[in-house]
Amino acid sequence: MTSNIVVSENEEWTQIIRPQRAWWDLRLGELWQYRDLARLMVWRDFVSAHKQTILGPLWHLIKPILSSGVYTVIFSNVAKLSTDGLPPFLFYMAGNTIWSYFSTCLSGTSNTFVSNKGIFGKVYFPRLIIPISTVLSDLITFGIRFGIFVVFLLYFGFSSSDVRPNLYILLLPVLLIIMAGIGVGIGMIVSSLTTKYRDLQQVLGFGVQLMMYASPVIYPLSTVPAQWRWLLLANPVTPVIEIFRKAFLGVGSLEPIYLLYSLAFMLIVLLVGILIFNRVENTFVDTV
Amino acid sequence: MSNTVICVENVSKHYRLGIINTGTFRGDVRRWWAKLRGLPDPDLKIGQKEANHQSDETVLALKDVSFNIQQGEAVGIIGQNGAGKSTLLKLLSRITAPTSGVIKTKGRIASMLEVGTGFHPELTGRENIFVNGAILGMSRAEVRRKFDEIVDFSGVEKYIDTPVKRYSSGMYVRLAFAVAAQLEPEILIVDEVLAVGDIAFQKKCLDKMEKAGQLGGTVIIVSHNMSVISRLCQRAILLKSGIVEYDGTSLDAIGKYLELSVGFVGYRKWDNSDSGPGNDTVRLKSIRVCTEDGKTRETFDIRRPIIVEFEYWVLKENVKLTPAFQLSNENGMIVFMSGGIHNSEWVDRPRAVGLYKSRCRIPGNLLAEGTFSIRAIINTMLWDRKPVIHLDVKEAVSFQVFDMLEGDSARGKHLGAYYGVVRPILDWETSMENGVFPELA
Repeated sequence: MTSNIVVSENEEWTQIIRPQRAWWDLRLGELWQYRDLARLMVWRDFVSAHKQTILGPLWHLIKPILSSGVYTVIFSNVAKLSTDGLPPFLFYMAGNTIWSYFSTCLSGTSNTFVSNKGIFGKVYFPRLIIPISTVLSDLITFGIRFGIFVVFLLYFGFSSSDVRPNLYILLLPVLLIIMAGIGVGIGMIVSSLTTKYRDLQQVLGFGVQLMMYASPVIYPLSTVPAQWRWLLLANPVTPVIEIFRKAFLGVGSLEPIYLLYSLAFMLIVLLVGILIFNRVENTFVDTV
Repeated sequence: MSNTVICVENVSKHYRLGIINTGTFRGDVRRWWAKLRGLPDPDLKIGQKEANHQSDETVLALKDVSFNIQQGEAVGIIGQNGAGKSTLLKLLSRITAPTSGVIKTKGRIASMLEVGTGFHPELTGRENIFVNGAILGMSRAEVRRKFDEIVDFSGVEKYIDTPVKRYSSGMYVRLAFAVAAQLEPEILIVDEVLAVGDIAFQKKCLDKMEKAGQLGGTVIIVSHNMSVISRLCQRAILLKSGIVEYDGTSLDAIGKYLELSVGFVGYRKWDNSDSGPGNDTVRLKSIRVCTEDGKTRETFDIRRPIIVEFEYWVLKENVKLTPAFQLSNENGMIVFMSGGIHNSEWVDRPRAVGLYKSRCRIPGNLLAEGTFSIRAIINTMLWDRKPVIHLDVKEAVSFQVFDMLEGDSARGKHLGAYYGVVRPILDWETSMENGVFPELA
């Protein structure tokens, strides 16, 4: 009943809350305990997105076909951009498929704190669950889009001899990990900073668009003038997109060794992202 | 090893008001860069120790709060708005970190700071049970095992496959509480969530929490509903502007709270015979309401008697005096009045100068639940004319009567509305006069 009893330090507390945690304390064990939550979040996002829609998950099929069609008309038929001799529709679809995984990961995680402040302010669970479930949700979307891509790939593969899928296909998991890592890493940094500077969200929209134009999504790297190539190569997603195309379509001007740059970039940005995120999650409720 | 499951040591929490940073990203970066190199803040004026927006716009939501909670205790946290109750719960449930101090806990904590956190309006009741359960820290297998119990407890089985956006707010609350109630945590933290839902469901929730307490669970409740606190908690912590103002039995804490918030006093006294209300015949020294064993209170159990006690100085020889009071409820209605005219020994006896004490006992099970105030009067009865009033203090003391809902008060097991200004337990008799109706025979 009385306060101020000094309880001996060596008791078995399950939880000790201090003003600041050590920066390396990521509480991964706890994350594992909450793995069901991540799974349910993914499921919730997927199910709730399709309630009260007529076509439901069919939208995942329609969107890439439509956007690849639009790209084909505008960039290939009207602007007459080269596609390295590949069928334009397939070329854009390949770029789009892998790029959209990156961009959805990035924009999905970038508003983690702001858009979840309601739930974060009322109940505790490891905050990292949210970015993780975003990546997994996006992976499902990617899977669907990739499936459509494969259908078109088979169709064009039989009708055009220029399309030559090869063993680089085996690199796909690596490509996906790199894309997810960079997307989530930047996303977490942005989401942590947006708790204080809300304008970053606006900046991010432009940033993602710029990044897409500075990557070989709508044009092959080979058509870029030599003096501008460095700009594209500095973009860590460039090698991933190029290798993806090289693996599935057989055309691309980069060697897989360039992936090491993307991988290194990913590791750094992911580490920084997690550390900042971890720091902010402690008290962000007070500032957001 | 002791049974302390929550140990809060010197915890403080600051909030910064107004602008949180220098206002621009550039300014923040500059300051951060300077700090990194060990230079003083470039935005400071010379001689200034800290940027002024930091020092003068900080609010201390909690100041050096320390307490321990033992296993199996049910503790209420009360206080006025802004006293720091919600901040304390947020710290305990790890939503935000303290500015200083340490909080140690033992066992699984489930906190319900809001009903239905994470409920997605588009998902059905069934789907939301799983999501909400996971948010509260249950595994999927655990939810599945308890699913029937949850649905049963919520009483919405008919609508379990309807999106919760079509639920009435009552159904929503019931479903949400049902999930949390089945969590069976070692420590349950609840914030004012019982304000919603009808009284029967409230009772169900309270029972559940009580049971959790009996099974060794620890419950922490924030509520403005003092009858919930008094019923559920043996102990309550009263917070006042961020500090622990009182920590002790819940009835005492509630009394202190009422005193703070609505100026409730169960005891008023005047130091000498010139300052008290009255005239040159009699002056009031003190007036109070207390329990039978003499403890001054602002809160009373409906079943227990309430003693009204006057102390007064008689300043003139040979006057006849009768202390009296009017008892009014919160609507201003006079429930009854009572006076020393029933005190046959003193009513017609001329008094000697001196200090007197008069007590009146209001029996238990007479007043209804609610708030009452006492208007204290001392007069001299003239019987055939209006009495001479020596003193008349309106709202001299006030107090509140609670029903602990334990089934042995006038309301018995009934939980709904119970009308009336008084609530006596009266004798009832029923007998069967004839087994056969003559017309039918």
